[in-house]
Amino acid sequence: MTMPLMRPKRKNPVLRTPQMNLPPGARGRVALGMTAAAAEGRFELQACAECGAVQYPPREACHRCLSADLRWQRQSGAGELLSVTTLSHSNDNFFRERLPWRLGLVKLDNGPTLVTHVHGEVAGSGARVVVGARLDRAGQAVLIAFPPEGSEHMADDKVLREMTSDPKLRKVLVTDGKSPTGQALARALIGAGADIVWLGHAEPWKKMPGFAEVAALPQVTPVALDLTNERSVSELAGEIGGKVDIVINNAEVHRTAGIAARRGTDVARAEMDVNYFGLLRLAQAFAPALKGRSADGVLNATAWVNILSIYALANFPPHGTFSASKAAALSLAQCLRAEMRPAGVRVINVFPGPVDDEWNQNLPPPKLAPSALAAAVVRALKDGVEDVYPGDVAQEWLARWRENPKVLERELAAGGL
Amino acid sequence: MRRRLGYEGVAVTAPVTVPYVRYSTHGAHWFIGQALRSLVKTAGIAKDDIDGLTVSSFSLVPDTAVGVTQHMGLSPRWLDHIPTGGASGVMSLRRAARAVQAGDADIVACVAADTNHVDSFRATLGSFSDFARDATYPYGSGGPNSIFAFVTANFMRRYGATREDFGRIAVAQRANALKNPNALFKKPLSMEEYIAARPISEPIHLFDCVMPCAGAEAFLVMREERARDLGLPYVLVRGAIERHNAFADDPVMERGGWLMDRDDLYAQAGATPADVDFLQPYDDYPVIVMLQLEDLGFCGKGEGPAFVRTQRLTHDGDLPVNTSGGQLSAGQAGAAGGFLGMTEAIRQLTGQAGARSVPAARLGLVSGFGMVTFDRCLCTGAVLLGSPS
Ligand SMILES: [Zn+2]
Repeated sequence: MTMPLMRPKRKNPVLRTPQMNLPPGARGRVALGMTAAAAEGRFELQACAECGAVQYPPREACHRCLSADLRWQRQSGAGELLSVTTLSHSNDNFFRERLPWRLGLVKLDNGPTLVTHVHGEVAGSGARVVVGARLDRAGQAVLIAFPPEGSEHMADDKVLREMTSDPKLRKVLVTDGKSPTGQALARALIGAGADIVWLGHAEPWKKMPGFAEVAALPQVTPVALDLTNERSVSELAGEIGGKVDIVINNAEVHRTAGIAARRGTDVARAEMDVNYFGLLRLAQAFAPALKGRSADGVLNATAWVNILSIYALANFPPHGTFSASKAAALSLAQCLRAEMRPAGVRVINVFPGPVDDEWNQNLPPPKLAPSALAAAVVRALKDGVEDVYPGDVAQEWLARWRENPKVLERELAAGGL
Repeated sequence: MRRRLGYEGVAVTAPVTVPYVRYSTHGAHWFIGQALRSLVKTAGIAKDDIDGLTVSSFSLVPDTAVGVTQHMGLSPRWLDHIPTGGASGVMSLRRAARAVQAGDADIVACVAADTNHVDSFRATLGSFSDFARDATYPYGSGGPNSIFAFVTANFMRRYGATREDFGRIAVAQRANALKNPNALFKKPLSMEEYIAARPISEPIHLFDCVMPCAGAEAFLVMREERARDLGLPYVLVRGAIERHNAFADDPVMERGGWLMDRDDLYAQAGATPADVDFLQPYDDYPVIVMLQLEDLGFCGKGEGPAFVRTQRLTHDGDLPVNTSGGQLSAGQAGAAGGFLGMTEAIRQLTGQAGARSVPAARLGLVSGFGMVTFDRCLCTGAVLLGSPS
């Protein structure tokens, strides 16, 4: 049984905030295939297309038949814990700061032996386990052995928490509280045990439906935040930057038009000003504070979430300028991820299909309910994944884009969704 | 399989040790240089008489045996780089023996040397192998300690071994080390101290681990007539085996490659384990000594714990094991740890072991074990060395 996480004692303000020492992050190119799958929440190992052998560690050839035709194959992770050790000594600072640390040797039912981290609820040698892949604080895939069935508070396990960004007891900034998505996010975060949700609103004098009710929740504090205004962003960062554990940027401007339907660039500029430059302003103001607190105890600064769009992958011409602004935001988010990585702060990119809101009114269903998008974000934080494609439309686009981006481009140009 | 050519007529001689120090500011080349110098002096030969060379070292990187030739002003006509750690002693001897038999070289110097800087152990771990970088170092960064903790814990669970059983090995080797002037450990070790030592990676505690240090070990390989002409005390190779990545389908290591080839080994020598006067097994951890006792035929699989409960393992005991103190008590000078058993065996069989001599020793067994790349050690080997009759 995992003991539920308790609010830690107030820290002594005189003490220096510990700096982040990442776990070893070097991986070979082949091994990064495991990271690519783990970034989307899947545990995959190499399987030989010719003889079917599943192997680990990742290799350049099948260890059984020497075929080079190796595919990443999803694993159930079911296996037996053969041996277990508790480290009292480590050569790496990340682990030294977190000793003792339990490790296991696991034999998967379908063949390979793995070295894994071990969840605290796994009993000793001989226990049945389910191995999962998670991203560690260095952003690389690692394996962890879970009990087949966990207890209520299993997410609070010390080892697992180093691989996730659970909102429980954490303080979260949601940049736009006026949209249905922003309000759904606030409710979902509170449901997940968030301590404080700062809810941004750009134009406080405008009354938007639903905002007052959410703002009245005891965990919610409305804050003035206009992503088009550098001063507004830096003022808020000065106020709460040193306390925020998770930033969720859901602010966006979304107009429906391509190039020919409109004269001038004002609308496209407005989209870029929030969707791209807004992210840039927010990152410049808040990222340094998050990085500085990334090793600050059990409630450290842990994650940055960007609500992008599946249109960031390939332009959807009826929403052409919006797609372009989201593509720009995706590119910048990749830069942000690279810059946050040395501090161990996870950048999560969310690529929803059309959300069921006013700007997608004319699109046919299925559309993603704001509450479903919010639930996907909370789940991503809890699971520690990096890229999320919530909803059926996003999943289908992703599959088509992965299969052949050029074919998808032609289909979208022909008016297909 | 065609019967192999025997190792008849191959002499191993001139065991030298460059004294161990915990840390050194010298590089690996310094220790190699001093080992070569000591070989030349001990054998009474000219430097240029060395026409074959093997080098084993971790801290030599990015150099290899090639760079060593120019560094030391050698011009050998036969060269090998054998970076296989704990198996390097056996593997070097096997290769050098064949070179000498074939006439590719007349005098082969086999050298293992490593330096040890304050941070070099940690620096080595993460870049030790692709598999270590990808699949073990990110898991606690314990290095081999955690892998051998798995092996030890599994062995205890499966075969009923206790910490005391492993302690018997460590305590006996310490007693041997006290009679080896080059051993870094100078104080006796009691069973109580062994048991009470702080945990490193449960069930591995402090005295289950070797102490990394700097130093070198080396020996010469030549034809028997040459050794006789030079007036050198020497031993003969009576048999030798090696095996890599054995029993790869065992989910956790419980046996080593020695088991696959030991019948071949004893057949080469026309001997049995009962004829062996002492054993110098590779001892990165006591559990590995126990595996070698089993896999080299001194007892059956799973009987290691009972064996060490009844046998005295000191140099004057029933089966002397690691009479130098081994790496557990002499220190692990990197790759030289893979040579320690070899130089010690030559000394024992040529009457150069001083106070730790095994009485009337005629046949010694040296076994090697090297290179954990992922979850087990991959290289195993063994040689039987005998006194010339
Ligand atoms: Zn295959």
